[in-house]
Amino acid sequence: MRKVLLSVTSVLAMAIAGAGVANAKTIVYCSEGSPEGFNPQHYTAGTTFDATSRAVFDRLAMFKIGTTQVEPGLAEKWEISADGKTYTFHLRKGVKWHTTKTFKPTRDFNADDVLFTFNRQWKKDHPYHGIGGSYEYFESMSFPDLLEAIEKVDDYTVVFKLKRPEAPMIANLAMDFASILSAEYADQMSKAGTPEKVDQEPVGTGPWQFVGYQKDAQIRYEKNKAYWKAGLPKEDKLVFQITPDASVRYAKLKAGECHVMAFPNPADLAAMKTDANITLMNQPGLNIGYLGFNTEKKPFDDKKVRQALNMATNKDAIIEAVYQGAGVKAKNPIPPTIWSYNNDTKDYPYDPEAAKKLLAEAGVTNLKTDIWAMPVQRPYNPNARRMAEMIQADWKKVGVEAEIVSFEWGEYLKRTKAGEQSTFMLGWTGDNGDPDNFLAVLLGCDAVGSANRSRWCNKDFEALIQQAKVESDVAKRTALYEQAQKIFKEEAPWITVAHSVVYQPVRKEVQDWKIDPLGGQYFQEMSLSK
Amino acid sequence: MIGFILRKIGLVIPAFIGVTLLTFALIHMIPGDPVELLAGERGIDPTRHAELKALLGLDKPLWEQYALYLYHAIQGDLGLSIVTKKPVIEEFLTLFPATIELALCAMSFAVIIGLPAGIWAAVKRGTAVDHSVMAVSLTGYSMPIFWWGLLLIILCSVTLGITPVSGRLSAEYWIEPTTGFMLIDSLLSDEQGAFADALHHLVLPSVVLGTIPLAVIARMTRSSMLEVLREDYVRTARAKGLSPLRVIGVHALRNALIPVITVIGLQLGTMLAGAILTETIFSWPGIGRWLIQSIGRRDYPSVQGGILLVATVIITVNLLVDVLYGIINPRIRHTR
Repeated sequence: MRKVLLSVTSVLAMAIAGAGVANAKTIVYCSEGSPEGFNPQHYTAGTTFDATSRAVFDRLAMFKIGTTQVEPGLAEKWEISADGKTYTFHLRKGVKWHTTKTFKPTRDFNADDVLFTFNRQWKKDHPYHGIGGSYEYFESMSFPDLLEAIEKVDDYTVVFKLKRPEAPMIANLAMDFASILSAEYADQMSKAGTPEKVDQEPVGTGPWQFVGYQKDAQIRYEKNKAYWKAGLPKEDKLVFQITPDASVRYAKLKAGECHVMAFPNPADLAAMKTDANITLMNQPGLNIGYLGFNTEKKPFDDKKVRQALNMATNKDAIIEAVYQGAGVKAKNPIPPTIWSYNNDTKDYPYDPEAAKKLLAEAGVTNLKTDIWAMPVQRPYNPNARRMAEMIQADWKKVGVEAEIVSFEWGEYLKRTKAGEQSTFMLGWTGDNGDPDNFLAVLLGCDAVGSANRSRWCNKDFEALIQQAKVESDVAKRTALYEQAQKIFKEEAPWITVAHSVVYQPVRKEVQDWKIDPLGGQYFQEMSLSK
Repeated sequence: MIGFILRKIGLVIPAFIGVTLLTFALIHMIPGDPVELLAGERGIDPTRHAELKALLGLDKPLWEQYALYLYHAIQGDLGLSIVTKKPVIEEFLTLFPATIELALCAMSFAVIIGLPAGIWAAVKRGTAVDHSVMAVSLTGYSMPIFWWGLLLIILCSVTLGITPVSGRLSAEYWIEPTTGFMLIDSLLSDEQGAFADALHHLVLPSVVLGTIPLAVIARMTRSSMLEVLREDYVRTARAKGLSPLRVIGVHALRNALIPVITVIGLQLGTMLAGAILTETIFSWPGIGRWLIQSIGRRDYPSVQGGILLVATVIITVNLLVDVLYGIINPRIRHTR
């Protein structure tokens, strides 16, 4: 018994002595989940991108951290042909690949790596195509239909030939799935009979070099001392501590066990604001939360009904109750931080009387319908159920009876895609900051049956966004998108509810932290003050 | 004895078939589609959807999927995770040591405190000691784990700063797993202070996970002990003039332990199956958290394989408990 007591006491003594704050020169990030794998080409989740593409890899063009602006990355510059179908990339020289336990590079980054990266995803007969899973982002960005050829001109020049002009091409290439992988590493692993290592022990050119992953616990990185962006990263080590519960992440941040945390609980924000050790940063998110009408179902095929329900919905009350202030009212389907946002759009006012009149004009009386509410919390909608209840109450005031319907998330997505709903809630967070990524993906005629769950296909709107897709002049594109937003508002396939504000708490000692509008976490530019 | 063990093993085979069938049926009965979840709001066109389903083997009729699964499982192949593309068995083995380590520590905590507390309460029956032990154990038993875990974190880690909030090791240490048991790996590594750090990280989760078993053990020990203390042979032992410590510690305890061991076995089985809440609160990379995550992602092979492996562990532990019974009380192995 004495021995037992002794050992218990010694554990406690060590416990007291050992408690401490994370090492000052190691950045500790409390992430919300485990990465699905270490090759961003195979996945679509932000959690995976944070741990892979945003730490270990670079892309030909890259987003300037904290903005949706695209700047040169592994390509120093590029030219676009007059017909918009040929992109010539001049690659950066002297970019070093990481040297790891499994890989010692013999050469710098060059055109072969670019070819390997894209051919692996594109060509079904590529030796690496079948390894590690499918390429959903590459597929969903329509790259297989878009690409005509990718050619190496010399070691530092690559030409992308497209079947049709694609104005958002450069922004698309800045996305995570376009991260450049090493062809030499792939060759070596293939020869060694372990090709899967390419996706499990990543080798990139990015700011952080992968050291190891302990499943569901920790990911460790070291500074890439030969990083081509001089002076970055600012700190030596980076550790992801995987902490799935938001309250625990907050406790870790308070106790100094991590410097930056992901996804705070909305309920904790007020306490974070008053905590002397924490800086609570915020930025309008690149997102939209909306209620869509199934425009193929009666009476929602009549725009008057859609307009009337727009007027019947009290958005201010929703912003206050559902977003608890962390949201701004939306009038366009794209957020205000995206270029071409049409500031002149006039939103439907909250006017139940006018709504009733309009419904009567449309010949709709005693309407019974449904409102589909998502079962999950999403960045663009913290509480769909609550929002549905509020809209239900608003509509009741104009004589519309709505029943709230919900399904398991996968099922919800599947059924709304199939068009079973009359009205539904959903939203979107942008991938690349291009208006096309909202307007064409969510409202284009091609997207009916996938992401266009309103099944709204308007010829004038479609003509404008198609024209904008092939137009390379930004001023002209802006004019086209502004026009498209005007048609959207008039036709009202959605009630645009809100753009949510993204909050991120960091420790006081964190310097130069930038919230990424696209939802990523980048650690190379931040530093720790003590 | 061998006959006894074989009989027990014979009972296990139908249990295994039941487990695979039930798991398979349940995970396929709940709605959700891994392909649709992968695509999210973006959606996926029907052709591509069908292609991906075929790639994952989900296009075949359910009975065929089950037969294939069973056929491979018998050969020890539990398939690849839909998400990570790694063998399910490999993922399980990576995470299982963390669960065992936590379960053993929590159980040690529960036994070291619960057993003496139960004996003490029985001996001091009807006194303030007895009432306090019972009141505390009832409180422990009714404690909502999530709340209890967060409360301890806020008190010990955030306010007092004496324990780490979560995880198995602080960020400054990096230990390549050799056995997967952090206490052993940290001793084997040359990182100074890593062992103490690992031990330190075990304190709170062990207390939280051990709270309910502790209460159960204390109560069970008390009632079992009380029954035994009333027996004639105990009175005889006392009459012989043996010291109270010897009467209780040697004569009474051995018989009183039988139901307590059953309880320990059952509780340990549950803990090894993954202490889902404790693992989630303390970011503990074990089986419980992995299974929950796999269910959420509709990662069928991981869920099926994971539950089969967990069932194997529980069944084995129970088998061991049964055998241990036989050793402690020879009467049991002779009854059919």
